[in-house]
Amino acid sequence: MTEPLLSVEDLYIRFKTYAGTVHAVNGMSFHIHPGEIFGLVGESGCGKSVTGLAVLGMVPYPGEVIAGRILFHGENLLQKNRREMEQIRGGRIAMIFQDPSASLNPVFTVGSQISRIIRHHRRVDRHEARALALAGFEAVGLPDPARIFRAYPHELSGGMQQRVMIAMALASGAELLIADEPTTALDVTIQAQILALLNDLRAAQGVSILLITHDLGVVAETCDRVGVAYAGSIVETGPTAQVLYQMKHPYTRGLLEALPRPSHRGKALQSIPGSVPSGLDLPSGCPFWPRCPEVMDICREQKPLPTRLDEVGHRVACHLYSREGQR
Amino acid sequence: MSRTPLVETRHLYKIFRSQSGLFRREKKEVRALNGVSLTIYRRETLGVVGESGCGKTTLGRTILRLIPPTSGQILFEGQDIAPLDRRTLRPYRRHMQMVFQNPYTSFDPRFTVLKSIAEPLVAHTDLRGDRLVARARELLQQVGMPGEILYRYPHEFSGGQLQRLAVARALALNPKFIVLDEPTSALDVSVQAQIINLLKQLQADLHLTYLFISHDLSVVQHISDRIAVMYLGQIVELSTADTLFQGGALHPYTKALLSSAPIIDPQLRRERIILPGNPPNPANPPPGCAFHPRCPVAVDVCSKVEPSLLEVESEHWAACHLVGKEVGA
Ligand SMILES: Nc1ncnc2c1ncn2[C@@H]1O[C@H](COP(=O)(O)OP(=O)(O)OP(=O)(O)O)[C@@H](O)[C@H]1O
Ligand SMILES: Nc1ncnc2c1ncn2[C@@H]1O[C@H](COP(=O)(O)OP(=O)(O)OP(=O)(O)O)[C@@H](O)[C@H]1O
Ligand code: SF4
Ligand SMILES: [Mg+2]
Ligand SMILES: [Mg+2]
Repeated sequence: MTEPLLSVEDLYIRFKTYAGTVHAVNGMSFHIHPGEIFGLVGESGCGKSVTGLAVLGMVPYPGEVIAGRILFHGENLLQKNRREMEQIRGGRIAMIFQDPSASLNPVFTVGSQISRIIRHHRRVDRHEARALALAGFEAVGLPDPARIFRAYPHELSGGMQQRVMIAMALASGAELLIADEPTTALDVTIQAQILALLNDLRAAQGVSILLITHDLGVVAETCDRVGVAYAGSIVETGPTAQVLYQMKHPYTRGLLEALPRPSHRGKALQSIPGSVPSGLDLPSGCPFWPRCPEVMDICREQKPLPTRLDEVGHRVACHLYSREGQR
Repeated sequence: MSRTPLVETRHLYKIFRSQSGLFRREKKEVRALNGVSLTIYRRETLGVVGESGCGKTTLGRTILRLIPPTSGQILFEGQDIAPLDRRTLRPYRRHMQMVFQNPYTSFDPRFTVLKSIAEPLVAHTDLRGDRLVARARELLQQVGMPGEILYRYPHEFSGGQLQRLAVARALALNPKFIVLDEPTSALDVSVQAQIINLLKQLQADLHLTYLFISHDLSVVQHISDRIAVMYLGQIVELSTADTLFQGGALHPYTKALLSSAPIIDPQLRRERIILPGNPPNPANPPPGCAFHPRCPVAVDVCSKVEPSLLEVESEHWAACHLVGKEVGA
């Protein structure tokens, strides 16, 4: 198997706030291979966005990375200085967000913004930058690239703005695209366009994608592998089919059963009792134990480590499968 | 189930005349509802789906007379409430309630749970003192919340708990009809399931009628008896949930919409129809069928003549030149 392009290893991030210390990310680990789409999925507040930002060295104040490694091409990004990170950010690693309008400056044309970014990351002159931008617009299926180049952000719809963001990432030569809920704010028909586009880019240009989402349907249709996060760490990971159709973790099972599906019509949905724990006050042991239908004594005391279940890399962090839990 | 209409709209129009210069060069008039006629039967759930800005919220708010219609009729138990004023509307208000998408902004942070839930009771009934508190406790119990939280404040609750409280408040006056505007969109899936189950349970126990607005097709499919599909201020298709989701959709937009939703179970996946282009600007709708610029099967007549909503099969309405008898030239 090839070397991973990115691997996040045992990452811890906390926020010191006036209300106390928020343990946002607690031992997050996953990796992404070249040309792969990896889905990071989980409920609100489980640390998806903060993890994505950490890869770019952009954890917002008062957050800090307190442990772990983030290896990109084998180099630890957490040890890079500010200048080195600035060069990587928006260049070899690019990020797109849920609300594209927040990433685009309303007072400049789309073209001038994308040209500036391209020239920051590539040694080209204005004309070459423009040509690259137009080619980028073309590649993401934007109609009439020259018009888009002259347009101001508010003249474009949300779906078009998101395409511009993706074009920007490509034109500056990104190898890894971190897409944080890129379609959550869009309509389903537009979401379908954007997801198809991400898939094409991966195929045509070999871009790797970290796709952050809370939508298991999106994962099922676009991701090669997936990690299910709960309270700041991965509870189950593996090829999408293993995790979604042969899930082992009680939380993954609970999530899938809570979703309305045609086979559930007319019946009550299964729901997971209680709600997601706050990062201010995490339970000891397995973070899921207060809501888990299968909780055992050991779950309250010891946090389960990921156990490998098979040869394709299906892993689950749950004492039902851990060595400690078997005793 | 006997099918008596509870709410009907006839040729309902709502035109917003906006002062903002957002759509420069274009006329600043948005037809948010462009002639909507539909019937909502007692004790049913009518789902409303469609893309952002197609008029779903406006439909709900206009039916409840939270905003006045530009023209058309709104019949509640046969009475046209469209022309009523504040005072004459008052007796109808208690029968019709709304639950909104964002539970965090639905409550005044300075008010206790009791004060928030009791607000409609104080405004519309003469319940006071112990009897008011008793009714509030009863409402909490109905939505599965413990009675002792009456004196707590909104910030002490999670989104799902707040949405339960919003439902409790909507139930306070024993309404007959509730508009649920994306009531689970801000919630996590594990919590969404709790709220959906609660809404179904309450509907059965209290004989409620729902207009359920959502952009989440799987949620709408789960909860609705019938579904109205909207596009640019109009209903383009209306049928039973079973028909639409079991391959019976007729309108090209509905077909594309249903095929766009990502599906977990691989054996349920349909061939995806990816629509070109973007939803049109509601301030400047295309002529003819509003959907024609994105429609994969549009013919000549579509760009010229507006199709009307026709009952193509029993219980199944669609507005498309290529559907039913009005086949395009
Ligand atoms: N600036 C901040 N100050 C304090 N806490 C923060 C800050 N940013 C994030 N957090 C906390 O970190 C945790 C993880 O947040 P994060 O935004 O990564 O969640 P998420 O998984 O992306 O959720 P969502 O699905 O809602 O986007 C949360 O508990 C959040 O409250
Ligand atoms: N108060 C208002 N003033 C001006 N225009 C409005 C107003 N309210 C809604 N509109 C416009 O009317 C149209 C319909 O809006 P509405 O909120 O009903 O859509 P929706 O289907 O609920 O969308 P969403 O899925 O985004 O909630 C939109 O074009 C919107 O911009
Ligand atoms: S470790 Fe225990 S509490 Fe956690 S998910 Fe597994 S069985 Fe449940
Ligand atoms: Mg996030
Ligand atoms: Mg709305």
